[in-house]
Amino acid sequence: MRVYLDNAATTRCSDRAKELLLRLLSDDYGNPSSLHQMGKEAEDAVREARKKIAKTIKAEEKEILFTSGGTESNNLALLGAAYANMRAGKHIITTVIEHASVSAPLEFLTEQGFEVTCLLVDSCGRISIEELKNALRPDTILVSVMMVNNEIGTLQPVEEAAAVIKANNPDTLFHVDAIQAYGKYRIYPKRMGIDLMSVSGHKIHAPKGTGFLYIRDKAKVKPVLYGGGQQRGMRSGTENVPGIAAFGEAAAESYEDFERKTAHMRELRERLMRGITAVSGVSVNGAAQDGAAPHIVSASIEGVRAEVMLHALEEKGIYVSAGSACSSNKPAVSRTLKSIGLRPELLDATIRFSLCAHTTCEEINYAIETLCEMAPRLQKYAPRQ
Amino acid sequence: MISDNKYKSFLIKYAEIAVKGKNRFLFEDALVGRIHQALKSVDGSFFVRKEQGRIYVDAQGEYDYDETVLALQHVFGIVGICPVVLLEDEGFDALARAVIDCIDREFADKKFTFKVNARRARKNYPMESMEINASLGERILEAFPDTRVDVHKPQVMVCVEIRNQINVYFKVIPGPGGMPVGTNGKAMLLLSGGIDSPVAGYMIAKRGVAIDATYFHAPPYTSERAKQKVVDLAKIISRYTGPIRLHVVNFTDIQLYIYEQCPHEELTIIMRRYMMRLAEHFAKESGCLGLITGESIGQVASQTMQSLAATNEVCTMPVYRPLIGFDKQEIVEISEKIKTYETSILPYEDCCTIFVAKHPVTKPSIQVIQNDEKKLSEKIDALIAQAVETTEKILVLPD
Repeated sequence: MRVYLDNAATTRCSDRAKELLLRLLSDDYGNPSSLHQMGKEAEDAVREARKKIAKTIKAEEKEILFTSGGTESNNLALLGAAYANMRAGKHIITTVIEHASVSAPLEFLTEQGFEVTCLLVDSCGRISIEELKNALRPDTILVSVMMVNNEIGTLQPVEEAAAVIKANNPDTLFHVDAIQAYGKYRIYPKRMGIDLMSVSGHKIHAPKGTGFLYIRDKAKVKPVLYGGGQQRGMRSGTENVPGIAAFGEAAAESYEDFERKTAHMRELRERLMRGITAVSGVSVNGAAQDGAAPHIVSASIEGVRAEVMLHALEEKGIYVSAGSACSSNKPAVSRTLKSIGLRPELLDATIRFSLCAHTTCEEINYAIETLCEMAPRLQKYAPRQ
Repeated sequence: MISDNKYKSFLIKYAEIAVKGKNRFLFEDALVGRIHQALKSVDGSFFVRKEQGRIYVDAQGEYDYDETVLALQHVFGIVGICPVVLLEDEGFDALARAVIDCIDREFADKKFTFKVNARRARKNYPMESMEINASLGERILEAFPDTRVDVHKPQVMVCVEIRNQINVYFKVIPGPGGMPVGTNGKAMLLLSGGIDSPVAGYMIAKRGVAIDATYFHAPPYTSERAKQKVVDLAKIISRYTGPIRLHVVNFTDIQLYIYEQCPHEELTIIMRRYMMRLAEHFAKESGCLGLITGESIGQVASQTMQSLAATNEVCTMPVYRPLIGFDKQEIVEISEKIKTYETSILPYEDCCTIFVAKHPVTKPSIQVIQNDEKKLSEKIDALIAQAVETTEKILVLPD
């Protein structure tokens, strides 16, 4: 039995997306920039995908910029916004629990003379709107807050954050990393006051190497890639047509039957949390119920190193992550877990289960059963002090 | 592929094996064999021949010069690699013209100091070495007026060896030295994922010893990636040693049993004693004459003199520890040179680093250890038998 519970790392490509991908790889393989009919067909495929995606977030088509994925979207949003607005100021606000594809470009910007303020989070992993309000300054040009944390699933109050930011200065750009949120929440950036929003394709059953950045019309962002001037000069380089088309399809699909799917994931999440916390020494991190995304469960198992637990579950066919899988395979201490004040001995003992709409109740039951059986056995070999 | 190579042949210099008396041909044949093996991965095809105490590598058609030199630099026993021009003997005049031609192609800037170093291996050549040196030097000075002779510290050494063919070469690229692998039997390397053991394997192989290896795998405590890392390390050193038969022993149950039964601070020592026993089992099975470890005195608790004595005690075969007197930095330098360092420092746990006691014994008494090992008597034989039976054997070949 193979139970894949690492959907926050990546997902299986959906059949509909795959079909489209294959068609565009082998039949309609033109370059959208070519003037002939094949070029036009490719361009149509991109336009069609753009339309589908724009619809899911009630945006205009021209506000969707296709990228190679979440990391590129975040980099473009931050570097592009910082360089385009540096005359208005050099102050940027973010949080301590951002993904490396946000925190690393911000570190780079710090070296370039920008000043970055990091908001702290509470024990659930939530920022405080009051603290954000106090951090805002006249020279704040950009605020970047992730909507759903990739390690513990906590949901940030982005709408309230937007209101506070815009009240302080309507020109301050608000970037939201929605990589773990898109497909799990209905997000309408324009209504919510979001100027820039990053999304990754392979987290929602599209192929890897796809993503988009929502750029609100008239928001000032400079390109990072220069060249042939594709995508209205904002991102040069021949479009990944098959990937984009597949992404469009997967995006549309993820918002079909949406309420049922999120309710299903939420129910399984609750079941999983209840089931595993029955074992002594197992606790879950992050916010309860509606305060967290429906697909992520962060569990600390006292006395068992995360990597050991991961491989032990793997032997039983269950695939999970240690901390956050997305940040390569370096076993570095998680900043997110540290920031929510997790006890030091649990930092290295935390694994992440992440579900998708296709996860079944049987799979969750099997995972619970296996963890309940293995955890006590592994705890027996905890380092003796 | 680089088509316009100036050289079609390489003269291979070897030192130590030339003095091995009547066994000399065995060493030379082994060296030829290893050269063949090493050149397999290189773009091009080659003919390797033995002639009058020399080995020549002749490229057949187009080949990649840089890859060829690099491959030869991985063959123990080679002291120097000389890209050589081979000339038929058509009289001294023709020789002088040919040498001048070679210099013209080899050196863009003709302003250098040189010395002619002639050797007359074929004694029926009408000129003596000194005569050749002088006459050839003169002709070179005439052809390239900006050059000067410097017999003490020349920038260019013009080497001319009169043999069946005349060998002309200007540089000796250093080889790795040592002796051809396979001329000194085989030994079993205890290979972890760390920095030291690959270096230890390299050093013993350098003395002509073929290498097999044993790795202790402890799932779920060590991951598939940790195992992959060890396979990768074996692959890197196999460029020097030739094929390595890697034994992957499933060590988890033994380790957990020791953990359950024995004092925690002795865990590492007892564990290492069982590793040695298992490695020796496979060593005997595959005809090895000794064990190799990367231990160095005092580096960690399990490598103090007392600990080494305690682990050594269970072996009947000699245990070779080529790094025994090396500092960590010296070991790191070699690992960087042989290109294992970057793989060694990948952050995957090996089975030595799990279950480590806060304060392991540093001066174990063999008697106490032996006594505590008795606590394992109930199940250990069965566990060892099971570990032997389930051991995976991987033949690791250089890419």
